[in-house]
Formats: sequence, structure tokens, C-alpha cells
Amino acid sequence: MKRLRIALWVIVVLAAGLFGLFYHQLSQPKNDFVQSAMVGQPLPAFDLPAASTERPGLSDKDMGDGKARLLNIFGSWCIPCAAEAPQLDLLERSGAQIAAVAIRDRPEDVDRFLAQYGNPFTRIGGDKISEVQMAIGSAGVPETFVIAGDGTITYQHIGDIRADDVPVLLEELRKAEK
Amino acid sequence: MIAEFGLAALWLAAALAALQLIAGFVGARSGDIEGAGAFAALARSAAGLQALLCVAAFFALLYVFAITDLSVKLVATNSHSLKPMIFKISGAWGNHEGSMLLWVTVMAAAGGAIALIERRLPERTMMAVLASQAFVGLGFYAFLLLSSNPFERLAQPPLEGNGLNPLLQDVGLAFHPPTLYIGYVGLSVAFSFAVGALLTRAVTPQFATVMRPWVLASWIFLTVGITAGSYWAYYELGWGGWWFWDPVENASLMPWLAATALLHSVSVLAARDALRTWTIMLGVIAFSMSMLGTFLVRSGILTSVHSFAVDPERGNFILFLLALYIGGALVIFAMRASTIAEGKRFSALSREGALVVNNVALSAILGIVLLGTLYPLFTEAFGVRVSVGPPYFNPVGAIFFIPMLLVLMVGPLLRWRRDQISRVIKPLALVAAIILTILIRVAILNDIAILPLLGLAFAGGLAIASFAPLFRGALRRTPLALWGMCTAHFGVAVVLFGMAADSAFQQERLVAANVGDTVAVGPWSGQLESVNPVAGPNWTAMQANMHLSYNGRPAQPAQPQSRHFWSPQMETSEVALLTRWNGQLYVAVGNQAPDGRWQLRLWWKPFVTMIWYGGLLIALGGALALVGRVIGDLRRSNPREDEDVPDDEAYTA
Repeated sequence: MKRLRIALWVIVVLAAGLFGLFYHQLSQPKNDFVQSAMVGQPLPAFDLPAASTERPGLSDKDMGDGKARLLNIFGSWCIPCAAEAPQLDLLERSGAQIAAVAIRDRPEDVDRFLAQYGNPFTRIGGDKISEVQMAIGSAGVPETFVIAGDGTITYQHIGDIRADDVPVLLEELRKAEK
Repeated sequence: MIAEFGLAALWLAAALAALQLIAGFVGARSGDIEGAGAFAALARSAAGLQALLCVAAFFALLYVFAITDLSVKLVATNSHSLKPMIFKISGAWGNHEGSMLLWVTVMAAAGGAIALIERRLPERTMMAVLASQAFVGLGFYAFLLLSSNPFERLAQPPLEGNGLNPLLQDVGLAFHPPTLYIGYVGLSVAFSFAVGALLTRAVTPQFATVMRPWVLASWIFLTVGITAGSYWAYYELGWGGWWFWDPVENASLMPWLAATALLHSVSVLAARDALRTWTIMLGVIAFSMSMLGTFLVRSGILTSVHSFAVDPERGNFILFLLALYIGGALVIFAMRASTIAEGKRFSALSREGALVVNNVALSAILGIVLLGTLYPLFTEAFGVRVSVGPPYFNPVGAIFFIPMLLVLMVGPLLRWRRDQISRVIKPLALVAAIILTILIRVAILNDIAILPLLGLAFAGGLAIASFAPLFRGALRRTPLALWGMCTAHFGVAVVLFGMAADSAFQQERLVAANVGDTVAVGPWSGQLESVNPVAGPNWTAMQANMHLSYNGRPAQPAQPQSRHFWSPQMETSEVALLTRWNGQLYVAVGNQAPDGRWQLRLWWKPFVTMIWYGGLLIALGGALALVGRVIGDLRRSNPREDEDVPDDEAYTA
């Protein structure tokens, strides 16, 4: 009986510890996004055809030429992508070069999207089957990556870019120039 | 108006729960003093009325969903006027608030049933049970009314609702959660019984007899719910497996493991007056596991493929309830454990002994699953993200599952209290011979891994052994409960056979095929005839059309789809399943590669269906036992106290 009581109090203490852990975890900010494991890795090789009639396609050779760039993953069918258009515009006017990959899209839809929301992109590759999106570890649209001058992925922004994310991205670009 | 009526009914029910708590508490304290009967009557009628009010509130919710009243926030966010009626109705509990209301309703109905029907326990114990049931109920009422009100109105009703997640628009899935909830709530009743008996020092066979049907019923529902959930994941997620070891799956498995152990303990207590401490302990743990599972799923603390949309407020609320009930019950238990008198003694080699081994093994497996489920939480607290999967769960679980299977073959043949091994040596030798034969034969013919090999052999042995108890007496006089036990144990053998056969003999082909290509897998061969686009109401899909033949004879065609939903963006795989008596062909189609070939995945899964048939058999066994027990309990209101209960009368589960 004595051993049983000791065992029970041990369980009570363990349960208390567990509740403490749960409470600690609940009070943490929840990060539901899938972080790319590719941050810090070189960009994988790819070569995508043009996704729109307005801009050329995109391959990994178009980046990593000594200049840091933003790589925006979007889709004309995606509502948050339209919501981040003004911020992309502001980034471009602040001197950022932005390449893009359109996911599962048709050229006429991309053209319509660009006509409606502006076109801050230098090149737009069409990724019909999400393979490039998978390869760089992006789990959804929109996402924006910072690609350093040597072709390394240095930063990932998940979700649409809000006004207060713009300075962060510009700072990351500046860091990636070095 | 109807929504306000539902809300008012819930507040009234909550007030009655508070009344029931006080009346039950006073009734339990005052025992046999003059006038205590008035408190008892008060507690019982409060419980009965609560049941009526909650059922009325639940029907009010069904009504606003059925007429799609968009001024109710819950309807606007989860329903749509054009949905089929069945999904309008099931949409009522296909969300957090509605499912909590369903939970509370089932709980109140169960509480009312106990209060009005159950007369076999001492009045003091009964009052303590009703008080603890009210205490648990109050927490859930508070949760529902303060942080997840299902009847909340919108000032500006929208013109149309949001609809329901397409993955959830599936008849099987509509009835999957309620099945599990009924199981969880049944365990809350068992928990109240355990706490009531502990408080009034009445842990007796009589108490076990009263508690048993509740444990059995909730265990049956949990069994069915888990089986159905596993099948849904198998045909809806398109990856060819039937168990992910996903946190949400584990959340339903853990209460089942505890309930299985509790079921056997409570039966021993009812029949033989042993395992008192085990029964109370497992009663507390089983409900703890349902609460923990609910917490893990609802708080969003773990990442899972099924997670609910949640806010941390709710997580904190459930965590508080969890700490209050489980912490409270454990502390009471630790303080009172020494007051539980020791039951009847038994030697290690006896049926009680075998059941203790069963309890230990089930508890160990429960611990393993719990550890694996919570481990990512621990590491995340230190900033490392990991996921724990089959490479951990399968081998570590098997270490305890194998001895449990061995005991399962022998245990039911043993006598109560004490036995000699010589008495059961003959049937055991037969079973051992069967196991060895299968082992050697399969090992010679096929090159398969050790776990599936053992699985096949034990499944064969257990299939025979599970019916051995029936050959003890005349079949006509065999009680229904014993038939139930044998059926359920045979069901375990069937599940094991299905799992082992699937992992041992499954054949898989992943190919990129052009239209016109032929793919062979096992005895099947299929020709990709065409791939064409199909459109549904809110999705577009590529559908592959395949001609199939089985052993050269033409079979029905397969038409798997890869579906793309627009709102919300989602890819789903609609697999084609061809079921034969000896297995299933599972065909899924993926994307088109740049060179125009299609990704096809074909699995030939021998006897995989046995997994779910076996699960249903286990539940059927439980149902037979429940019917047998309820009839038996009605016939004799006090269990036999005499030592020499004939063997075929004694076992119960």
C-alpha cells in the first residue's frame, strides 16, 4: 500500500509538470506555417517557361549573379496575392528586383492579374505542377524568398506581405547583398 | 427566437447542475439522517430536468441549421443554403461549438438516465456520483456558455453562408465524431462512479456491476469510432495506409486502451471482488485520456492533419478543466488509496493474474503512445521540431503487444483464484503447434519481416484459442457475455491478420504511365485507357479510366480522380477501390509530368479489409456482452457471493 501511495503521488507530480508544459506551450505564439528547410541552402536547379506574355520565364541561372533578389511565389487565383500587390509595388520602387513563380496558372489569367494589380516582376516562371514550389520548400501561396547574390536562399516570408513587413524584407535584401 | 430559447435552456441546465452539485454533496454527507431523502430526490430530479433542457437546446441548434438561419453566427460560418439537408444537419456538430453542445447533451442525457434509473447502489454513494457528475458537467457548461456559445447572433446577417470544408462532406465522417463523443462521455460517467465510490468508500462488486454497462457501452462506441476513422483516412487521404500515428488518431486510441483495461478490471471486480485499486485507477485514467485527447485536438497545441481552427483562450479553458478534474481526482485517489480495502487474493497463475498482466501491458502501450504523442511538445519547448512516427510506435508497441497476445490465448481458459498449468496444457499445445506451423510455413515460402510474420502466426493461434472457452459447457447454456468475449477476442485475431497480411504481402507500383500503357501489380493488370477532366460543383478533377483484369479475367474498370477544390484551395485524391474477398486493389492518380505521362499508384493489399471487419467484430462482441449483462443484471439484482461460480457463468466483459 505504501508503495502504491508513493507511485500515486509521483503520478500527481508528473501530471502537474505536464499541465505546466501545456500552459507554457499554449502561451507561446502559434506558428502554424511550414518553415522551409531550404533556408541557408543554394537554390535548386530549375528552368520554367514564361507564365505570362509580358515577361520572360525563369531559371535558377537568372539569379545568383551577384545581385540579391526577391522571389515571389503567387497565383492569379489567390486572393491574398492580390492583397500584397501594393507592398510588392513599394518594394520594387525601393529598388528591389523581384522574380516570380506563378503556381498552376494559365498565361491569360496571369496577364489579367498583372493588368489589374500591377506588374513589379522582372521575370515570371510558370510552375504548372508545383514542382519548383516543392523544391524550394514553399507550402502555399503567397510566399516570398530572399535569394542572395551567390544563389543561396537566405530568408522566407510566409503569407501575404503586409505594410510592416516591407522594411524587414528590404533589410534582409541588404544583408544578402554582402 | 429559437436560438434564444436554446441559449436560455442551456443556462437553466447549468443552474440545475449547480443545484445538483450542492444537493448531491449534502445528500452524500448526511447519509442516513432524517430528511436526507429530500436532498436525494432534489439531486435526481435536477439531473433529469437537465437532460430534457440540453436535448431541447440541441434540437434548437439542429433547427436553426436545418432552416439555415444566417443571423446565427455559427450557421453563417459553417453552413450554406444549398447544401444537402443531411450535411446541413451534420454541419450542426461539424464545428467546435456545435460539437461541444453535442458533448454536453450526451453527458446530461447519461446523467439523467443514471439519476432516474439506477437504484442498486447505497444512497450515499449514489449522491456522491451525482455530485461529481454535476461537477464535471458544470465545467463543460461554463466552457460552452462563456467561450463557445453556439447560439451567438450576428448584427448583420450575411446573404449566404461559408459552407463546409469539402473533405468533411462525407456521410461517414458526419457520424464519426458523435460516435467518439458518446464514448468519451460514457467514460466521464465511469469517472463519476469511480470518484463517488472512492469518496464514500464503497468500492465493491455491487458498484462494479453498476458501472460496467457504462464502461462497456462507451468502449463499444470508441471501438466503432476508431475503426470508422481509420477507414476514412484510408480511402480519403489516398496514401494507401490505414494508421498514421497522427496525434489526433492517438487522441482517440489512448482512451480506448485505457477503457479496454478498465473493462476487464471492472469485470473482475464484479465477478470476483479483486482488482479494486486497478478499477478506480483506470476509471480516472480513462476519462483523463478523453479529456487530454480533447485538449490536444481543440487547443491546436499539436500540429496534425486534422487540427481544428482554434484560439488559445479555448485551449487555456480546457487546460484548466483538465487540471481541475484530473488533478483533483488524482489527489483524492492518492489520499484515499489506502482506504480501498484489499479484495480477494489470488495466485499469479489464475485468471485474475492473467488480467493483471493484460492491465499492465495495456497501460504500458498507453504510456508508449502518450510519450510518442507528447514528445514533439517537449522538444518544441526547447526549440527543436521533430515528428514521431511508425519507426518508434510499431516496434516499441509490439514489445508489449506480443506478451499481451500470449496471455490473451491462455487467460480465458484459466480458473479464477488459482490454477495448475497441467489443466490447460492440452489446448495450449494445440495452439502452440498451430503457431509454429504457420511460422515455419510462411518463413519458408516468403521472405517477410519479423513483425508481420509473428503477427500472422499469432493471429492463427488466437483465432483458434479465442473460441476455446466455448467448449467448456453446453453451448445452449453458454451465457451471452461469454459469446461476446469470444467474438471480441476473435475480432482481435482478425484485425491482427489483416494488419500482418497487408504489411507482409502488399505489393505496390508507382509508375509514370502514358495513355495505353499497362501496369501489373500482384494478380492484377491495368491498362490506362484515357485521362479526362471532370468537373463537380466546387472542384475540377482529372479522372483516369483504367481497364483492369484479375488473373487475366476482365474486372470492373477503375476511375480514380485527382481533385482540385477552389475554396479553400485543396488537392484531394479520390481513390478507386476494388474489393474482392481476398483483398483490395487501391488505385490513385497523381499529377501529369511535363512529358505528358501520368503518375499512377497501384497497391494490391491482400486481406486488408480484415482490419475493419475485425474492428467491427470486436465491437459486436462488446455489444453481445452488453446485452447479456443488462439482461443478467435485471434478472438478479445482486451478484453471487459464493466461491464456486461455475466457469461458464463467471466470465464477464
